[in-house]
Amino acid sequence: MPDEPPIERRPQESERPEYPDAAQRPRVGVDTWVAEHGERVQRGPLRRAAERVPGWARLLAFVAVAAVFPIAVDDEYLQRVGVDTLIFMLLAVGLNVVVGYAGLLDLGYIAFFGFGAYTYAIVSSDKYDYHWPAEATIPFILVVTAALGLLLGLPSRRLLGDYLAIVTLFFGQLFVTITNNSTDVKLPFMDRARDLTGGPNGITDLDPIDFAGVELNSVPRYFWFALALFVLVVVALHFVNESRTGRAWRALREDPLAAEAMTMPVNRLKLLAFAFGAAVAGVTGAIFASLQTAVFPQSFDVSLLIILYAMVILGGTGSLAGVALGAIVVNVLLEGLTNTDDTLPVVGETPPRLLFYGLVAVGLALIVRPWRWLAVAAAATIAFGFAARLVAEQWWERGTAGRPSQAGRIGDLVDGWLLFPRDPVDIGNYAFVALIASVLVLTLLRRPWRWIALAPVLYLAAFVWENRLIQEPSVTRFILLGAILVGLMASRPQGLFGTARVEIA
Amino acid sequence: MSEPERQNEQEGQVERERERVLELRAVSKSFGGLRVLSQLDLVVHDGEIVSVIGPNGAGKTTLFNLITGLYRPDAGDILLEGRSVVGLPPWKITQRGIARTFQTLRLFLNMTVRENVMAAAYGHTKATWLESMLRLPRARREEREIRRLAEEKLGFFGERLVGYRWDQPAYSLSYANRRRLEIARATATRPRVLLLDEPAAGMNPNETLEIAELIGKLRDDGGYTILVIEHDMHVVEGISDRVVALDHGVKIAEGSFDEVATSPRVVEAYLGVRGAKEEAA
Repeated sequence: MPDEPPIERRPQESERPEYPDAAQRPRVGVDTWVAEHGERVQRGPLRRAAERVPGWARLLAFVAVAAVFPIAVDDEYLQRVGVDTLIFMLLAVGLNVVVGYAGLLDLGYIAFFGFGAYTYAIVSSDKYDYHWPAEATIPFILVVTAALGLLLGLPSRRLLGDYLAIVTLFFGQLFVTITNNSTDVKLPFMDRARDLTGGPNGITDLDPIDFAGVELNSVPRYFWFALALFVLVVVALHFVNESRTGRAWRALREDPLAAEAMTMPVNRLKLLAFAFGAAVAGVTGAIFASLQTAVFPQSFDVSLLIILYAMVILGGTGSLAGVALGAIVVNVLLEGLTNTDDTLPVVGETPPRLLFYGLVAVGLALIVRPWRWLAVAAAATIAFGFAARLVAEQWWERGTAGRPSQAGRIGDLVDGWLLFPRDPVDIGNYAFVALIASVLVLTLLRRPWRWIALAPVLYLAAFVWENRLIQEPSVTRFILLGAILVGLMASRPQGLFGTARVEIA
Repeated sequence: MSEPERQNEQEGQVERERERVLELRAVSKSFGGLRVLSQLDLVVHDGEIVSVIGPNGAGKTTLFNLITGLYRPDAGDILLEGRSVVGLPPWKITQRGIARTFQTLRLFLNMTVRENVMAAAYGHTKATWLESMLRLPRARREEREIRRLAEEKLGFFGERLVGYRWDQPAYSLSYANRRRLEIARATATRPRVLLLDEPAAGMNPNETLEIAELIGKLRDDGGYTILVIEHDMHVVEGISDRVVALDHGVKIAEGSFDEVATSPRVVEAYLGVRGAKEEAA
């Protein structure tokens, strides 16, 4: 069009007035700058340096450290904790495929672990007198549990989210019920009713794994075998996750409908994820069974599932390194917290007590700001304790008659400060209920009153801990684990190694 | 090529008989007692840009959902390149060559920009999980190819979705960029037909203009046949070879933009009977 009026042209980039130091000036506000700034703020220098280490180097470093563990540590109990940790790590990376990659809430996962263990028990014990070689057993278990995973994954074709969780939980419980009760079963091809699973007594006297000429006859050998398997599984899962299959899993986790509209056969991919998770759990089950030389139904109940989920969530769902780390942290914590007898070498205190006071201190430091208020709160608590002690010495003779139930430096410190009643069980129980109530009340109070109430509540917490909780390590460890999880989820909802996710569209 | 010239040329092309890429024959769909689409016939020729307009609830998005297999029509047939796609699952239909974007954006928000596009290449890659696990040659080669494909598709939008953007999560994108990413993702499935559901919704006037140009470019450079739902009449006027107006699931007008925009039934559908009378007076 020839006689169009000339359009006023915006000055081009090159025509704009240029500052002499333009190259040095940060291009504030430019898209790239904003993105880079976000990275800088979210990740500190340490974190960014750590991220530059490639994945294979991290795995190699872990393997190098882990491989010498059974040599360096000569204590059979600790070596056993090591094997258990590896078993949990394997289970966690397997569960991560289903929950972390494909986003399917599978609460029946433990059934695959149990199924693998029982399959191993059936083909390698006197009960059926099979005694298969491990070279055949392990691939067999891999295939059978994967097939079971496909079968139990079928409901995932129709069920979404919570509904899938309920159905898979049912399958998980079904496994425990079946193994518990199959003591008198007549299948069509059998002439008479037989005991299939040994019921609550389980199947015992299993053969140790004898793989490629190496018999796993000691705990260190199990450790190395589990470690080798872990490395294989992690590498395999990493490669799959980086491929079209892994991308499709993550896509269906994000938006199944969009994934389906973008050429991904969603139902098939879900089944594949179930099969992957199941196969890893099944093989792990075989190691577990052979390590224990026996299988029992109660090893595969919901409490194990909860611990496993705690590991995966704490580590960060979707991250292989994260869930493995979560497994290490949780299992070592749980083992360490049962130990109320031995004090740790340098600090001279038992792990549970150290952890409890540490948690309280860290919690206070995070919540109470500024610092001088923290000092005031600490001083007030100490003063409150001595005052309470003084009053009790006058009026309540029983209240100071006891002693700390455990040795240790902290125990010595609190001896003259806390109240230690004679026969603390019932008083301790009431105080525990009072503590829960007072913590709830504390969250409801307004400013000045909250500060005033803080010191007595802290004192009460120490009282309950020293007089009651410390004597029940099996309960206390779960209370502490719960507290750690709550704290972590509040500050880092994506877990230790997870990447932050957004749910909003 | 200036705007009017291009339109003249397009009109000339439409008159010639070309391959029918997408064809709907008497397609009907009801939800309970509500007839959302009834007896709809629609033909989209090769290389054509056809706009579907109509007031809210006219059945436009349902039409897209039927074509892509999210719903199954109660009656009628849907043909892609002469073959029926009715009853196929959505992923298979997309593999055959119909890709879509969503009116309410449905990106894989927690995946990176590049991964979003690479994921959509699932349909035309063949490596099994076992090949990927062992990093066999085919898996590695395909991985390289779709990586290049993704970068190429993202490059279609100029500087916006390239470079440092590749590795950023999709949720960090602005609204307009998310719409662009959806289009890039759809094209990565290697479709013949692109269905765009309100590509300009929620965009500012500049971005709207740009999207309109982009749709033309998608046809001219990308070679896609395009069916688009759009509310912005300027966009519809600017891009369409042909416009189809729907109201209550019935086709009330079809033809060039001017024909449809001046059709009394279309005016009535948008403005109501009284409004239409006032408009005429």
